[in-house]
Amino acid sequence: MLEDKKIATRDSYGNALVALGEKESNLIVLDADLAAATKTGVFKKAFPERHIDCGIAESNMMGIAAGLSTCGYVPFVSTFAMFAAGRAFEQVRNSIGYPKLNVKIGATHAGISVGEDGATHQCNEDLALMRTIPGMVVINPADDVEAQAAVKAAYEHQGPVYIRFGRLAAPIVNDAPDYKFELGKGVTLKDGKDVTIIATGLEVAYALKAADMLEKDGISARVINIHTIKPLDVDLVVKAAKETGKIVTVEEHSVIGGLGSAVCDALAEKCPTPVCKIGVNDQFGESGPAVELIKKYGLDEVGIYNRVKEFI
Amino acid sequence: MTTLELQKKALEVRKGIVSSVHSAKAGHPGGSLSAADIFTYLYFEELNVDPADPKKADRDRFVLSKGHTAPGYYSALANRGFFPVEDLLTLRHTGSYLQGHPDMKHIPGVDMSSGSLGQGLSCAVGMALAAKLKGESYRTYCLCGDGEIQEGQIWEAAMFAGHRKLDNLVVIVDNNNLQIDGTVEEVCSPYPIAEKFAAFNFHTIEINGNDMDEIRKALDEAKATKGMPTAIVAHTVKGKGVSFMENNVGWHGKAPNDEEFAKAMEELGKAGEGLC
Repeated sequence: MLEDKKIATRDSYGNALVALGEKESNLIVLDADLAAATKTGVFKKAFPERHIDCGIAESNMMGIAAGLSTCGYVPFVSTFAMFAAGRAFEQVRNSIGYPKLNVKIGATHAGISVGEDGATHQCNEDLALMRTIPGMVVINPADDVEAQAAVKAAYEHQGPVYIRFGRLAAPIVNDAPDYKFELGKGVTLKDGKDVTIIATGLEVAYALKAADMLEKDGISARVINIHTIKPLDVDLVVKAAKETGKIVTVEEHSVIGGLGSAVCDALAEKCPTPVCKIGVNDQFGESGPAVELIKKYGLDEVGIYNRVKEFI
Repeated sequence: MTTLELQKKALEVRKGIVSSVHSAKAGHPGGSLSAADIFTYLYFEELNVDPADPKKADRDRFVLSKGHTAPGYYSALANRGFFPVEDLLTLRHTGSYLQGHPDMKHIPGVDMSSGSLGQGLSCAVGMALAAKLKGESYRTYCLCGDGEIQEGQIWEAAMFAGHRKLDNLVVIVDNNNLQIDGTVEEVCSPYPIAEKFAAFNFHTIEINGNDMDEIRKALDEAKATKGMPTAIVAHTVKGKGVSFMENNVGWHGKAPNDEEFAKAMEELGKAGEGLC
Protein backbone atom coordinates (compact mmCIF):
# COMPACT_ATOMS: atom_id res chain seq x y z
CA MET A 1 0.00 0.00 0.00
CA LEU A 2 1.34 3.40 -0.96
CA GLU A 3 0.47 5.84 1.84
CA ASP A 4 2.49 8.70 0.37
CA LYS A 5 0.51 8.83 -2.87
CA LYS A 6 -2.89 9.71 -1.49
CA ILE A 7 -5.46 11.03 -3.92
CA ALA A 8 -9.23 11.47 -3.64
CA THR A 9 -11.13 9.32 -6.12
CA ARG A 10 -13.12 12.37 -7.25
CA ASP A 11 -9.83 13.71 -8.65
CA SER A 12 -9.27 10.39 -10.38
CA TYR A 13 -12.72 10.79 -11.94
CA GLY A 14 -11.88 14.14 -13.53
CA ASN A 15 -8.49 12.97 -14.73
CA ALA A 16 -9.88 9.75 -16.20
CA LEU A 17 -12.58 11.69 -18.07
CA VAL A 18 -9.96 13.92 -19.70
CA ALA A 19 -7.88 10.90 -20.77
CA LEU A 20 -10.95 9.12 -22.19
CA GLY A 21 -12.34 12.30 -23.72
CA GLU A 22 -9.24 12.67 -25.85
CA LYS A 23 -9.94 9.35 -27.53
CA GLU A 24 -13.71 9.15 -27.42
CA SER A 25 -15.49 12.00 -29.15
CA ASN A 26 -18.97 10.82 -28.06
CA LEU A 27 -18.13 11.18 -24.36
CA ILE A 28 -19.94 14.14 -22.85
CA VAL A 29 -19.94 15.37 -19.25
CA LEU A 30 -22.88 16.90 -17.41
CA ASP A 31 -22.73 18.81 -14.15
CA ALA A 32 -25.18 20.57 -11.86
CA ASP A 33 -23.14 23.58 -10.77
CA LEU A 34 -20.58 21.42 -8.98
CA ALA A 35 -17.85 20.98 -11.58
CA ALA A 36 -15.33 22.45 -9.17
CA ALA A 37 -16.24 19.88 -6.52
CA THR A 38 -16.89 16.81 -8.68
CA LYS A 39 -13.51 17.57 -10.28
CA THR A 40 -14.89 17.50 -13.78
CA GLY A 41 -13.60 21.06 -14.11
CA VAL A 42 -10.48 19.63 -15.80
CA PHE A 43 -12.69 18.08 -18.47
CA LYS A 44 -14.55 21.36 -18.91
CA LYS A 45 -11.23 23.09 -19.46
CA ALA A 46 -10.03 20.50 -21.97
CA PHE A 47 -13.32 20.05 -23.84
CA PRO A 48 -15.59 23.03 -23.14
CA GLU A 49 -17.93 22.11 -25.98
CA ARG A 50 -18.57 18.70 -24.42
CA HIS A 51 -19.22 19.93 -20.91
CA ILE A 52 -22.84 20.80 -20.17
CA ASP A 53 -23.64 22.66 -16.98
CA CYS A 54 -27.30 22.04 -16.23
CA GLY A 55 -27.45 24.37 -13.25
CA ILE A 56 -28.78 23.24 -9.90
CA ALA A 57 -31.36 20.85 -11.31
CA GLU A 58 -30.26 17.24 -10.94
CA SER A 59 -33.54 15.63 -11.93
CA ASN A 60 -33.53 17.50 -15.22
CA MET A 61 -29.85 16.64 -15.71
CA MET A 62 -30.63 12.90 -15.55
CA GLY A 63 -33.33 13.33 -18.20
CA ILE A 64 -31.05 15.37 -20.46
CA ALA A 65 -28.43 12.64 -20.15
CA ALA A 66 -31.04 10.06 -21.12
CA GLY A 67 -32.00 12.09 -24.20
CA LEU A 68 -28.37 12.64 -25.20
CA SER A 69 -27.65 8.93 -24.91
CA THR A 70 -30.47 8.06 -27.32
CA CYS A 71 -28.69 10.28 -29.85
CA GLY A 72 -25.30 8.56 -29.63
CA TYR A 73 -23.57 10.36 -26.80
CA VAL A 74 -22.15 8.58 -23.76
CA PRO A 75 -22.98 10.99 -20.94
CA PHE A 76 -21.16 11.01 -17.62
CA VAL A 77 -23.55 12.73 -15.23
CA SER A 78 -21.74 14.29 -12.30
CA THR A 79 -23.01 15.47 -8.96
CA PHE A 80 -22.89 14.53 -5.28
CA ALA A 81 -24.10 11.03 -4.39
CA MET A 82 -26.91 12.56 -2.34
CA PHE A 83 -28.38 14.26 -5.39
CA ALA A 84 -27.56 11.59 -7.98
CA ALA A 85 -28.86 8.57 -6.10
CA GLY A 86 -31.08 10.38 -3.62
CA ARG A 87 -32.85 13.32 -5.18
CA ALA A 88 -32.86 11.97 -8.71
CA PHE A 89 -33.53 8.32 -7.83
CA GLU A 90 -36.74 8.11 -9.76
CA GLN A 91 -35.31 9.85 -12.82
CA VAL A 92 -32.41 7.40 -12.76
CA ARG A 93 -34.81 4.50 -12.40
CA ASN A 94 -37.41 5.49 -14.98
CA SER A 95 -35.57 7.64 -17.54
CA ILE A 96 -32.24 5.76 -17.50
CA GLY A 97 -32.63 2.34 -15.85
CA TYR A 98 -35.93 1.19 -17.35
CA PRO A 99 -34.90 1.93 -20.97
CA LYS A 100 -31.38 0.60 -20.17
CA LEU A 101 -29.76 3.74 -21.55
CA ASN A 102 -26.03 4.07 -21.86
CA VAL A 103 -25.64 6.72 -19.16
CA LYS A 104 -22.84 6.76 -16.58
CA ILE A 105 -23.46 8.39 -13.23
CA GLY A 106 -20.36 9.75 -11.50
CA ALA A 107 -21.41 10.37 -7.91
CA THR A 108 -18.87 12.14 -5.74
CA HIS A 109 -18.90 13.11 -2.06
CA ALA A 110 -20.35 9.80 -0.94
CA GLY A 111 -20.42 8.59 2.67
CA ILE A 112 -19.57 10.29 5.94
CA SER A 113 -16.12 11.23 4.63
CA VAL A 114 -17.83 14.28 3.11
CA GLY A 115 -16.94 15.58 6.55
CA GLU A 116 -17.80 19.08 7.65
CA ASP A 117 -20.92 19.54 5.51
CA GLY A 118 -22.68 17.08 7.79
CA ALA A 119 -25.62 14.73 7.57
CA THR A 120 -27.62 16.46 4.80
CA HIS A 121 -24.78 15.86 2.35
CA GLN A 122 -23.41 12.56 3.63
CA CYS A 123 -25.08 9.97 1.44
CA ASN A 124 -24.86 6.59 3.14
CA GLU A 125 -27.69 5.12 1.12
CA ASP A 126 -26.59 5.40 -2.51
CA LEU A 127 -25.28 1.87 -2.98
CA ALA A 128 -28.50 0.48 -1.53
CA LEU A 129 -30.68 2.64 -3.79
CA MET A 130 -28.74 2.05 -7.00
CA ARG A 131 -28.41 -1.70 -6.35
CA THR A 132 -32.18 -2.10 -6.54
CA ILE A 133 -32.46 -0.83 -10.11
CA PRO A 134 -32.56 -3.74 -12.57
CA GLY A 135 -29.54 -3.74 -14.88
CA MET A 136 -27.66 -1.01 -13.03
CA VAL A 137 -23.95 -1.71 -12.56
CA VAL A 138 -22.69 -0.27 -9.26
CA ILE A 139 -18.98 0.40 -8.73
CA ASN A 140 -17.21 1.74 -5.65
CA PRO A 141 -13.49 2.11 -6.36
CA ALA A 142 -10.92 2.01 -3.57
CA ASP A 143 -8.18 4.25 -4.91
CA ASP A 144 -6.89 6.30 -7.80
CA VAL A 145 -5.79 3.31 -9.87
CA GLU A 146 -9.11 1.57 -9.50
CA ALA A 147 -11.18 4.72 -9.97
CA GLN A 148 -9.50 5.58 -13.26
CA ALA A 149 -9.87 2.00 -14.46
CA ALA A 150 -13.52 2.00 -13.38
CA VAL A 151 -14.30 5.09 -15.46
CA LYS A 152 -12.83 3.41 -18.52
CA ALA A 153 -14.67 0.15 -17.81
CA ALA A 154 -17.92 2.08 -17.32
CA TYR A 155 -17.45 3.76 -20.70
CA GLU A 156 -16.82 0.41 -22.36
CA HIS A 157 -19.83 -1.24 -20.71
CA GLN A 158 -23.07 -0.86 -22.68
CA GLY A 159 -25.77 0.23 -20.24
CA PRO A 160 -26.25 2.29 -17.09
CA VAL A 161 -23.44 2.42 -14.56
CA TYR A 162 -23.25 4.14 -11.17
CA ILE A 163 -19.75 4.93 -9.86
CA ARG A 164 -19.19 6.21 -6.35
CA PHE A 165 -16.31 8.57 -5.66
CA GLY A 166 -15.02 10.05 -2.42
CA ARG A 167 -13.89 13.46 -1.26
CA LEU A 168 -11.20 12.23 1.12
CA ALA A 169 -7.73 11.41 -0.23
CA ALA A 170 -7.17 7.65 -0.20
CA PRO A 171 -3.88 5.73 -0.33
CA ILE A 172 -3.09 3.50 -3.29
CA VAL A 173 -3.97 -0.12 -2.47
CA ASN A 174 -3.78 -1.44 -6.02
CA ASP A 175 -0.05 -1.03 -6.47
CA ALA A 176 0.68 -4.36 -8.15
CA PRO A 177 2.46 -3.91 -11.49
CA ASP A 178 0.15 -6.43 -13.18
CA TYR A 179 -3.04 -4.73 -11.90
CA LYS A 180 -6.06 -5.33 -14.06
CA PHE A 181 -9.61 -4.08 -13.49
CA GLU A 182 -12.37 -6.48 -14.32
CA LEU A 183 -15.98 -5.39 -13.92
CA GLY A 184 -17.76 -7.70 -11.45
CA LYS A 185 -14.59 -9.36 -10.19
CA GLY A 186 -13.37 -8.96 -6.64
CA VAL A 187 -9.68 -8.82 -5.80
CA THR A 188 -8.02 -10.82 -3.02
CA LEU A 189 -5.44 -8.42 -1.62
CA LYS A 190 -4.25 -10.59 1.26
CA ASP A 191 -4.69 -14.28 1.91
CA GLY A 192 -5.86 -15.63 5.25
CA LYS A 193 -7.61 -18.62 6.81
CA ASP A 194 -9.42 -17.55 10.00
CA VAL A 195 -11.74 -14.86 8.71
CA THR A 196 -12.35 -12.87 5.53
CA ILE A 197 -12.75 -9.11 5.56
CA ILE A 198 -14.61 -7.97 2.48
CA ALA A 199 -14.24 -4.24 2.03
CA THR A 200 -15.17 -1.67 -0.57
CA GLY A 201 -14.08 1.83 -1.53
CA LEU A 202 -12.31 3.94 1.04
CA GLU A 203 -12.56 1.11 3.58
CA VAL A 204 -10.26 -1.23 1.68
CA ALA A 205 -7.15 0.54 2.95
CA TYR A 206 -8.44 0.49 6.54
CA ALA A 207 -9.29 -3.21 6.21
CA LEU A 208 -5.72 -4.00 5.10
CA LYS A 209 -4.33 -2.17 8.13
CA ALA A 210 -6.76 -3.96 10.44
CA ALA A 211 -5.67 -7.28 8.95
CA ASP A 212 -2.05 -6.44 9.77
CA MET A 213 -3.04 -5.70 13.38
CA LEU A 214 -4.94 -8.99 13.59
CA GLU A 215 -1.95 -10.86 12.18
CA LYS A 216 0.13 -9.68 15.16
CA ASP A 217 -2.48 -11.33 17.42
CA GLY A 218 -2.13 -14.52 15.45
CA ILE A 219 -5.38 -14.09 13.51
CA SER A 220 -5.03 -14.77 9.82
CA ALA A 221 -7.46 -12.50 7.97
CA ARG A 222 -8.07 -12.65 4.25
CA VAL A 223 -8.85 -9.28 2.67
CA ILE A 224 -11.01 -8.99 -0.42
CA ASN A 225 -11.64 -5.77 -2.27
CA ILE A 226 -15.08 -5.67 -3.86
CA HIS A 227 -15.11 -2.72 -6.26
CA THR A 228 -18.21 -3.87 -8.12
CA ILE A 229 -21.13 -4.05 -5.72
CA LYS A 230 -23.38 -5.14 -8.57
CA PRO A 231 -22.98 -7.57 -10.17
CA LEU A 232 -21.32 -9.04 -7.07
CA ASP A 233 -18.50 -11.55 -7.42
CA VAL A 234 -20.56 -14.26 -5.74
CA ASP A 235 -18.07 -17.04 -6.48
CA LEU A 236 -15.24 -15.25 -4.71
CA VAL A 237 -17.45 -14.45 -1.70
CA VAL A 238 -18.72 -18.03 -1.40
CA LYS A 239 -15.19 -19.41 -1.74
CA ALA A 240 -14.02 -17.15 1.08
CA ALA A 241 -16.96 -18.20 3.24
CA LYS A 242 -16.22 -21.88 2.69
CA GLU A 243 -12.49 -21.50 3.31
CA THR A 244 -12.47 -19.11 6.27
CA GLY A 245 -15.87 -19.80 7.85
CA LYS A 246 -16.50 -16.24 8.93
CA ILE A 247 -17.13 -13.05 6.94
CA VAL A 248 -16.80 -9.40 7.90
CA THR A 249 -17.99 -6.69 5.51
CA VAL A 250 -16.75 -3.11 5.73
CA GLU A 251 -18.18 -0.12 3.91
CA GLU A 252 -18.53 3.60 4.36
CA HIS A 253 -22.26 3.25 3.81
CA SER A 254 -25.31 2.25 5.79
CA VAL A 255 -25.26 -1.35 6.99
CA ILE A 256 -28.68 -1.52 5.37
CA GLY A 257 -28.66 -2.33 1.68
CA GLY A 258 -25.02 -1.92 0.64
CA LEU A 259 -22.08 -4.30 0.35
CA GLY A 260 -22.93 -6.10 3.62
CA SER A 261 -26.46 -6.76 2.46
CA ALA A 262 -25.30 -7.86 -0.99
CA VAL A 263 -22.87 -10.34 0.60
CA CYS A 264 -25.55 -11.61 2.99
CA ASP A 265 -28.01 -12.03 0.12
CA ALA A 266 -25.50 -14.20 -1.72
CA LEU A 267 -24.39 -16.23 1.30
CA ALA A 268 -27.90 -16.84 2.63
CA GLU A 269 -28.69 -18.57 -0.61
CA LYS A 270 -25.41 -20.31 -1.47
CA CYS A 271 -23.45 -20.83 1.75
CA PRO A 272 -25.03 -19.69 5.04
CA THR A 273 -22.18 -18.20 7.05
CA PRO A 274 -21.96 -15.89 10.08
CA VAL A 275 -21.45 -12.32 8.85
CA CYS A 276 -20.48 -9.20 10.78
CA LYS A 277 -21.52 -6.04 8.92
CA ILE A 278 -19.41 -2.99 9.63
CA GLY A 279 -20.64 0.30 8.25
CA VAL A 280 -22.67 3.30 9.27
CA ASN A 281 -25.35 1.95 11.58
CA ASP A 282 -28.98 2.98 11.16
CA GLN A 283 -28.26 6.63 11.86
CA PHE A 284 -27.42 9.93 10.15
CA GLY A 285 -23.91 11.34 10.08
CA GLU A 286 -22.74 14.68 11.46
CA SER A 287 -20.26 17.50 10.85
CA GLY A 288 -16.56 17.06 11.55
CA PRO A 289 -13.26 16.46 9.78
CA ALA A 290 -13.56 13.29 7.68
CA VAL A 291 -10.75 11.39 9.37
CA GLU A 292 -12.23 12.07 12.80
CA LEU A 293 -15.68 10.94 11.69
CA ILE A 294 -14.32 7.73 10.26
CA LYS A 295 -12.72 7.02 13.62
CA LYS A 296 -15.81 8.07 15.58
CA TYR A 297 -18.05 5.79 13.53
CA GLY A 298 -15.70 2.84 13.99
CA LEU A 299 -14.65 2.70 10.35
CA ASP A 300 -10.88 3.12 10.84
CA GLU A 301 -8.45 0.23 11.30
CA VAL A 302 -8.90 0.23 15.08
CA GLY A 303 -12.67 0.12 14.77
CA ILE A 304 -12.49 -2.76 12.31
CA TYR A 305 -9.88 -4.61 14.41
CA ASN A 306 -12.05 -4.37 17.55
CA ARG A 307 -15.18 -5.60 15.77
CA VAL A 308 -13.37 -8.52 14.16
CA LYS A 309 -11.89 -9.56 17.53
CA GLU A 310 -15.35 -9.52 19.11
CA PHE A 311 -16.85 -11.38 16.17
CA ILE A 312 -14.44 -14.29 16.03
CA MET B 1 -52.22 15.78 -46.49
CA THR B 2 -55.30 17.95 -46.78
CA THR B 3 -57.15 18.98 -43.67
CA LEU B 4 -60.01 16.65 -44.58
CA GLU B 5 -57.64 13.70 -44.98
CA LEU B 6 -56.06 14.48 -41.63
CA GLN B 7 -59.46 14.71 -39.98
CA LYS B 8 -60.33 11.27 -41.34
CA LYS B 9 -57.07 9.87 -40.03
CA ALA B 10 -57.78 11.41 -36.63
CA LEU B 11 -61.07 9.52 -36.52
CA GLU B 12 -59.20 6.26 -37.20
CA VAL B 13 -56.77 7.17 -34.42
CA ARG B 14 -59.72 7.80 -32.10
CA LYS B 15 -61.25 4.43 -32.99
CA GLY B 16 -57.92 2.81 -32.11
CA ILE B 17 -57.92 4.57 -28.75
CA VAL B 18 -61.41 3.47 -27.82
CA SER B 19 -60.82 -0.08 -29.08
CA SER B 20 -57.52 -0.58 -27.31
CA VAL B 21 -58.68 0.81 -23.98
CA HIS B 22 -61.87 -1.27 -24.22
CA SER B 23 -59.79 -4.36 -24.92
CA ALA B 24 -57.39 -3.56 -22.09
CA LYS B 25 -60.28 -2.93 -19.67
CA ALA B 26 -58.04 -0.13 -18.35
CA GLY B 27 -56.17 2.91 -19.61
CA HIS B 28 -56.61 6.58 -20.26
CA PRO B 29 -59.08 7.48 -23.01
CA GLY B 30 -59.78 11.10 -22.00
CA GLY B 31 -56.33 12.58 -22.52
CA SER B 32 -55.68 10.31 -25.50
CA LEU B 33 -58.77 11.62 -27.27
CA SER B 34 -58.04 15.26 -26.41
CA ALA B 35 -54.62 14.90 -28.05
CA ALA B 36 -55.73 12.67 -30.93
CA ASP B 37 -55.63 15.50 -33.47
CA ILE B 38 -52.14 16.47 -32.33
CA PHE B 39 -50.89 12.85 -32.51
CA THR B 40 -52.41 12.55 -35.96
CA TYR B 41 -50.96 15.76 -37.31
CA LEU B 42 -47.52 14.93 -35.93
CA TYR B 43 -47.36 11.41 -37.38
CA PHE B 44 -49.13 12.01 -40.70
CA GLU B 45 -47.84 15.45 -41.58
CA GLU B 46 -45.19 16.97 -39.38
CA LEU B 47 -42.58 14.43 -38.34
CA ASN B 48 -39.82 13.18 -40.60
CA VAL B 49 -40.17 9.51 -39.69
CA ASP B 50 -40.14 6.24 -41.62
CA PRO B 51 -42.14 3.25 -40.36
CA ALA B 52 -39.81 0.99 -42.37
CA ASP B 53 -36.79 2.42 -40.56
CA PRO B 54 -38.00 3.57 -37.14
CA LYS B 55 -34.49 4.28 -35.85
CA LYS B 56 -33.15 6.22 -38.82
CA ALA B 57 -30.57 8.66 -37.55
CA ASP B 58 -32.00 11.88 -38.95
CA ARG B 59 -35.60 11.27 -37.87
CA ASP B 60 -37.48 13.89 -35.94
CA ARG B 61 -37.91 12.87 -32.32
CA PHE B 62 -41.09 12.73 -30.31
CA VAL B 63 -41.42 12.27 -26.56
CA LEU B 64 -44.81 11.69 -24.98
CA SER B 65 -44.13 13.23 -21.60
CA LYS B 66 -47.76 12.62 -20.58
CA GLY B 67 -47.10 8.94 -21.11
CA HIS B 68 -50.41 7.69 -19.75
CA THR B 69 -52.01 8.76 -23.03
CA ALA B 70 -50.11 5.95 -24.73
CA PRO B 71 -53.34 4.69 -26.39
CA GLY B 72 -53.39 7.85 -28.52
CA TYR B 73 -49.69 7.55 -29.29
CA TYR B 74 -49.89 3.84 -30.15
CA SER B 75 -52.95 4.35 -32.31
CA ALA B 76 -51.18 7.06 -34.32
CA LEU B 77 -48.05 4.88 -34.69
CA ALA B 78 -50.08 1.84 -35.73
CA ASN B 79 -52.18 3.78 -38.22
CA ARG B 80 -48.99 5.27 -39.64
CA GLY B 81 -47.63 1.75 -40.17
CA PHE B 82 -45.09 1.27 -37.39
CA PHE B 83 -46.89 -1.90 -36.25
CA PRO B 84 -50.17 -3.68 -37.05
CA VAL B 85 -53.36 -1.85 -36.05
CA GLU B 86 -54.73 -5.20 -34.77
CA ASP B 87 -52.00 -5.24 -32.14
CA LEU B 88 -53.66 -2.26 -30.45
CA LEU B 89 -56.10 -4.77 -28.98
CA THR B 90 -53.22 -6.29 -26.97
CA LEU B 91 -52.68 -3.01 -25.08
CA ARG B 92 -51.84 -3.65 -21.42
CA HIS B 93 -52.24 -7.41 -21.84
CA THR B 94 -49.68 -9.66 -20.17
CA GLY B 95 -46.89 -10.40 -22.62
CA SER B 96 -47.83 -7.62 -25.07
CA TYR B 97 -45.19 -5.18 -26.23
CA LEU B 98 -47.77 -2.42 -25.90
CA GLN B 99 -47.11 -1.55 -22.28
CA GLY B 100 -49.39 0.73 -20.27
CA HIS B 101 -46.84 3.50 -20.75
CA PRO B 102 -44.47 4.00 -23.73
CA ASP B 103 -41.54 1.57 -23.80
CA MET B 104 -38.79 2.49 -26.26
CA LYS B 105 -37.11 -0.91 -25.94
CA HIS B 106 -39.99 -2.83 -27.46
CA ILE B 107 -42.29 -0.53 -29.40
CA PRO B 108 -41.30 0.47 -32.94
CA GLY B 109 -41.31 4.24 -33.35
CA VAL B 110 -41.13 5.12 -29.66
CA ASP B 111 -38.10 7.35 -29.07
CA MET B 112 -38.26 7.49 -25.27
CA SER B 113 -39.79 5.47 -22.46
CA SER B 114 -42.00 7.75 -20.44
CA GLY B 115 -44.95 7.93 -18.15
CA SER B 116 -43.69 9.09 -14.80
CA LEU B 117 -44.97 12.64 -15.16
CA GLY B 118 -42.54 15.50 -15.53
CA GLN B 119 -39.64 13.46 -16.88
CA GLY B 120 -40.21 13.37 -20.63
CA LEU B 121 -39.50 17.01 -21.35
CA SER B 122 -35.98 16.71 -19.92
CA CYS B 123 -35.30 13.78 -22.24
CA ALA B 124 -36.64 15.75 -25.21
CA VAL B 125 -34.36 18.62 -24.23
CA GLY B 126 -31.42 16.18 -24.25
CA MET B 127 -32.35 15.08 -27.78
CA ALA B 128 -32.65 18.68 -28.99
CA LEU B 129 -29.34 19.53 -27.35
CA ALA B 130 -27.67 16.57 -29.09
CA ALA B 131 -28.85 17.87 -32.47
CA LYS B 132 -27.46 21.32 -31.70
CA LEU B 133 -24.11 19.94 -30.54
CA LYS B 134 -23.76 17.73 -33.60
CA GLY B 135 -25.11 20.30 -36.05
CA GLU B 136 -27.92 17.99 -37.13
CA SER B 137 -31.20 19.26 -38.50
CA TYR B 138 -33.76 16.94 -36.92
CA ARG B 139 -36.34 18.51 -34.64
CA THR B 140 -37.71 17.32 -31.30
CA TYR B 141 -41.33 17.46 -30.19
CA CYS B 142 -42.69 16.88 -26.73
CA LEU B 143 -46.29 16.57 -25.61
CA CYS B 144 -47.06 17.45 -22.00
CA GLY B 145 -50.27 17.49 -20.02
CA ASP B 146 -51.66 20.58 -18.35
CA GLY B 147 -51.77 18.70 -15.06
CA GLU B 148 -48.31 17.33 -15.70
CA ILE B 149 -46.77 20.79 -15.74
CA GLN B 150 -47.44 20.96 -12.01
CA GLU B 151 -44.28 18.82 -11.76
CA GLY B 152 -41.25 20.99 -10.96
CA GLN B 153 -38.96 19.10 -13.32
CA ILE B 154 -40.91 20.51 -16.28
CA TRP B 155 -39.74 23.98 -15.32
CA GLU B 156 -36.15 22.84 -14.77
CA ALA B 157 -36.24 21.53 -18.33
CA ALA B 158 -37.95 24.68 -19.64
CA MET B 159 -35.32 26.88 -17.99
CA PHE B 160 -32.53 24.88 -19.61
CA ALA B 161 -34.19 24.84 -23.06
CA GLY B 162 -34.73 28.61 -22.96
CA HIS B 163 -31.21 29.21 -21.69
CA ARG B 164 -29.73 27.09 -24.49
CA LYS B 165 -32.00 28.71 -27.11
CA LEU B 166 -33.13 25.30 -28.37
CA ASP B 167 -35.17 26.47 -31.36
CA ASN B 168 -35.28 22.87 -32.62
CA LEU B 169 -37.59 21.98 -29.71
CA VAL B 170 -41.38 22.28 -29.63
CA VAL B 171 -43.33 21.69 -26.42
CA ILE B 172 -47.04 21.15 -26.85
CA VAL B 173 -49.22 21.38 -23.75
CA ASP B 174 -52.48 19.48 -24.08
CA ASN B 175 -54.64 21.95 -22.17
CA ASN B 176 -57.81 19.91 -21.68
CA ASN B 177 -58.29 21.50 -18.27
CA LEU B 178 -58.98 18.27 -16.40
CA GLN B 179 -56.88 16.10 -14.12
CA ILE B 180 -57.82 13.16 -11.90
CA ASP B 181 -58.98 15.15 -8.89
CA GLY B 182 -60.88 17.83 -10.82
CA THR B 183 -60.17 20.81 -13.06
CA VAL B 184 -56.55 21.93 -13.11
CA GLU B 185 -57.67 25.26 -11.64
CA GLU B 186 -59.32 23.58 -8.68
CA VAL B 187 -56.44 21.22 -7.96
CA CYS B 188 -53.42 23.50 -8.34
CA SER B 189 -53.71 26.03 -11.12
CA PRO B 190 -50.94 26.04 -13.72
CA TYR B 191 -52.43 29.17 -15.35
CA PRO B 192 -51.32 31.29 -17.05
CA ILE B 193 -49.46 28.62 -19.02
CA ALA B 194 -48.23 30.54 -22.07
CA GLU B 195 -46.95 33.37 -19.90
CA LYS B 196 -44.99 30.92 -17.78
CA PHE B 197 -43.23 29.48 -20.84
CA ALA B 198 -42.66 33.00 -22.15
CA ALA B 199 -40.97 33.84 -18.85
CA PHE B 200 -38.66 30.86 -19.46
CA ASN B 201 -37.66 32.40 -22.81
CA PHE B 202 -39.97 30.40 -25.08
CA HIS B 203 -41.88 31.67 -28.09
CA THR B 204 -45.51 30.86 -27.28
CA ILE B 205 -48.59 30.17 -29.37
CA GLU B 206 -52.13 29.43 -28.20
CA ILE B 207 -54.40 27.36 -30.42
CA ASN B 208 -57.47 25.19 -30.54
CA GLY B 209 -55.70 21.84 -30.32
CA ASN B 210 -58.60 19.98 -31.89
CA ASP B 211 -58.39 22.03 -35.11
CA MET B 212 -56.04 20.67 -37.78
CA ASP B 213 -55.55 24.01 -39.49
CA GLU B 214 -54.57 25.69 -36.24
CA ILE B 215 -52.18 22.84 -35.39
CA ARG B 216 -50.60 23.18 -38.84
CA LYS B 217 -50.24 26.93 -38.54
CA ALA B 218 -48.69 26.71 -35.07
CA LEU B 219 -46.15 24.04 -36.01
CA ASP B 220 -45.17 26.01 -39.13
CA GLU B 221 -44.70 29.08 -36.95
CA ALA B 222 -42.56 27.04 -34.54
CA LYS B 223 -40.31 25.93 -37.42
CA ALA B 224 -39.88 29.52 -38.51
CA THR B 225 -39.01 30.67 -35.00
CA LYS B 226 -35.27 31.05 -34.46
CA GLY B 227 -33.28 31.64 -31.31
CA MET B 228 -35.79 30.22 -28.84
CA PRO B 229 -37.85 27.07 -28.30
CA THR B 230 -41.58 27.17 -28.93
CA ALA B 231 -44.37 26.23 -26.54
CA ILE B 232 -47.80 25.62 -28.03
CA VAL B 233 -50.66 25.75 -25.57
CA ALA B 234 -53.26 23.58 -27.24
CA HIS B 235 -56.74 24.18 -25.85
CA THR B 236 -58.52 20.87 -26.21
CA VAL B 237 -61.57 18.98 -25.03
CA LYS B 238 -60.86 15.99 -22.84
CA GLY B 239 -62.52 12.93 -24.36
CA LYS B 240 -62.98 14.76 -27.69
CA GLY B 241 -65.02 12.86 -30.25
CA VAL B 242 -66.99 10.61 -27.88
CA SER B 243 -69.96 12.61 -26.58
CA PHE B 244 -70.29 11.01 -23.17
CA MET B 245 -66.55 11.24 -22.49
CA GLU B 246 -66.19 14.90 -23.44
CA ASN B 247 -65.27 17.23 -20.59
CA ASN B 248 -65.97 14.45 -18.12
CA VAL B 249 -63.18 13.89 -15.63
CA GLY B 250 -64.54 10.42 -14.93
CA TRP B 251 -63.08 9.30 -18.27
CA HIS B 252 -59.50 10.24 -17.41
CA GLY B 253 -58.53 6.70 -16.59
CA LYS B 254 -61.46 4.38 -17.19
CA ALA B 255 -62.26 1.87 -19.90
CA PRO B 256 -65.66 1.80 -21.61
CA ASN B 257 -67.82 -1.29 -21.05
CA ASP B 258 -69.18 -3.18 -24.06
CA GLU B 259 -72.23 -0.96 -24.38
CA GLU B 260 -70.26 2.25 -24.04
CA PHE B 261 -67.69 0.93 -26.50
CA ALA B 262 -70.37 0.21 -29.10
CA LYS B 263 -71.85 3.68 -28.65
CA ALA B 264 -68.45 5.36 -28.93
CA MET B 265 -67.58 3.46 -32.11
CA GLU B 266 -70.96 4.29 -33.61
CA GLU B 267 -70.43 7.98 -32.90
CA LEU B 268 -66.96 7.92 -34.45
CA GLY B 269 -68.35 6.05 -37.47
CA LYS B 270 -71.05 8.64 -37.96
CA ALA B 271 -68.55 11.45 -37.61
CA GLY B 272 -66.61 9.80 -40.43
CA GLU B 273 -69.68 9.76 -42.67
CA GLY B 274 -70.07 13.47 -41.97
CA LEU B 275 -66.55 14.13 -43.26
CA CYS B 276 -67.20 12.83 -46.77
